[in-house]
Amino acid sequence: MTDAAFWATMVLTFKLAFVTTLILLFIGIPTAYCLSVTTSRIKPVIETIVSMPLVLPPTVLGFYLLVAFSPENAFGRFCEEVLGFRLVFSFWGLVLGSVIFSLPFMVHPIQSGLQSLPKSLTEAAQMLGKSRSTTLFRVLLPNIKPSLLTGIVITFAHTVGEFGVVLMIGGNIPGETRVASIAIYDEVEALNYAAANHYALVLFAVTFLILLLVYIVNRSFLQKM
Amino acid sequence: MVEIDASKRLHSAEDDIKLRVSASFKRGDFVAFFGASGAGKTTILRMIAGLLRPDSGRIAVDGEVWFDSRERVDLPPQKREVGFVFQDYALFPNMSVEENLRFALQKGDNPSIVDELIETVGLGAFASRYPSALSGGQRQRVAMARALVRRPKILLLDEPLSALDHTMRSKLQEELADIHRRFGLTTVLVSHDPSEIFRLCNYVFKIEGGSVKKEGSPSELFVKERIGSSFKFTGEVLSIERCEMVYLLSVAIGTQIVKIMATKKEREGLKIGSRIQIVSKAFHPMIFKIES
Repeated sequence: MTDAAFWATMVLTFKLAFVTTLILLFIGIPTAYCLSVTTSRIKPVIETIVSMPLVLPPTVLGFYLLVAFSPENAFGRFCEEVLGFRLVFSFWGLVLGSVIFSLPFMVHPIQSGLQSLPKSLTEAAQMLGKSRSTTLFRVLLPNIKPSLLTGIVITFAHTVGEFGVVLMIGGNIPGETRVASIAIYDEVEALNYAAANHYALVLFAVTFLILLLVYIVNRSFLQKM
Repeated sequence: MVEIDASKRLHSAEDDIKLRVSASFKRGDFVAFFGASGAGKTTILRMIAGLLRPDSGRIAVDGEVWFDSRERVDLPPQKREVGFVFQDYALFPNMSVEENLRFALQKGDNPSIVDELIETVGLGAFASRYPSALSGGQRQRVAMARALVRRPKILLLDEPLSALDHTMRSKLQEELADIHRRFGLTTVLVSHDPSEIFRLCNYVFKIEGGSVKKEGSPSELFVKERIGSSFKFTGEVLSIERCEMVYLLSVAIGTQIVKIMATKKEREGLKIGSRIQIVSKAFHPMIFKIES
């Protein structure tokens, strides 16, 4: 293993996690907000769909995504012929898979944060003439910073550590879809334990540091409140 | 003129009650909805504010229709020009006192009203503090000031002083009355405390069984019911001593033990352990101020 290959894999891993987290922040906040306020009868159905990746084996999700992305099928063909790109075995395919797979890790903390706020805060903002979006961004979200941070970090860390979905839909193309967790598996298969350890150690340290940061920052948030 | 005629089915813990309220009052009035907890007082406020939709009815303020089930009018809370002081104050924890008030400014409002209101409620020294660093009384004042930033047509107060101790409560009652006068407000108070209503309001609606059972000035409503010309205490006789021509009773009233003189006639039929009622006329009591 060359240094260049190692760094290419690491950069790819964190790029995937960063892009996934960013996209999920935009999807997760509105989803969590809607789930926290709705009284609709289909709420349990939406909650189930959002939570499915928590319990579903990653290979199941990966399998169906693989089938869907395949140019043999309608969605894959649409992407390739109309939009002009292929999702299967590509970076953006990985991003889409990761977004679906990590959705509950972003939605759950934000949803429970929003639900823990007294309803009177929303009502007070309404009485002051504020729209829903102003209320969300200026009153609700600033008061659930610990939940937001938890959502962001857990999503990031979870995407870094993802294996099953990535393997199914991404394969193992260096610099394109070969992320650290795949690389570890691959190096072990080749009995290349030193290289595997190299990857594993970096993942271990980074994950530890990220979580440590969350707990320290959250503690200072809570002390301020 | 504020006219409310609204009905709403409520699901409470015990049973479903049908709230059917019709009440009207003038601009500048300080009115109260009075009743036991669970009677639906807060529901009425929430319907006026637009936070809760009546099943049917009509709510109009100064001729402007805010809700009408037949005409299908239902103004959202943002458009109703109402100030609402919540029971838990609902201050935004992420904003300082000043920011809480500034948040209430609408586009084009003159921001000087914020400083003016902070001074009015005497919180000039606390403007940059966060709600978590304020006392209950101070939070109440911030909630009050914030509700006034929009210069509302009606100010709604949902048991605003219930979480405060006695001294603070009576101080804030004075301030409330003062603010009501100074800003020329129409104020609606929800309360279960007759003395509070007596001090503040000029008109009371008594809510019982889901509708307005009685209405009138506080003295009309409470004098007959609650305020009599005599004191009554019930107590238990602990001992009976004979003392020349009369008897001395030791009576336990609440946590106090009192010695009371009784005539021979009054003593008849009493024995240790008897429950008795002691009545005294209220026209010649001695009154001492309790220093606080």
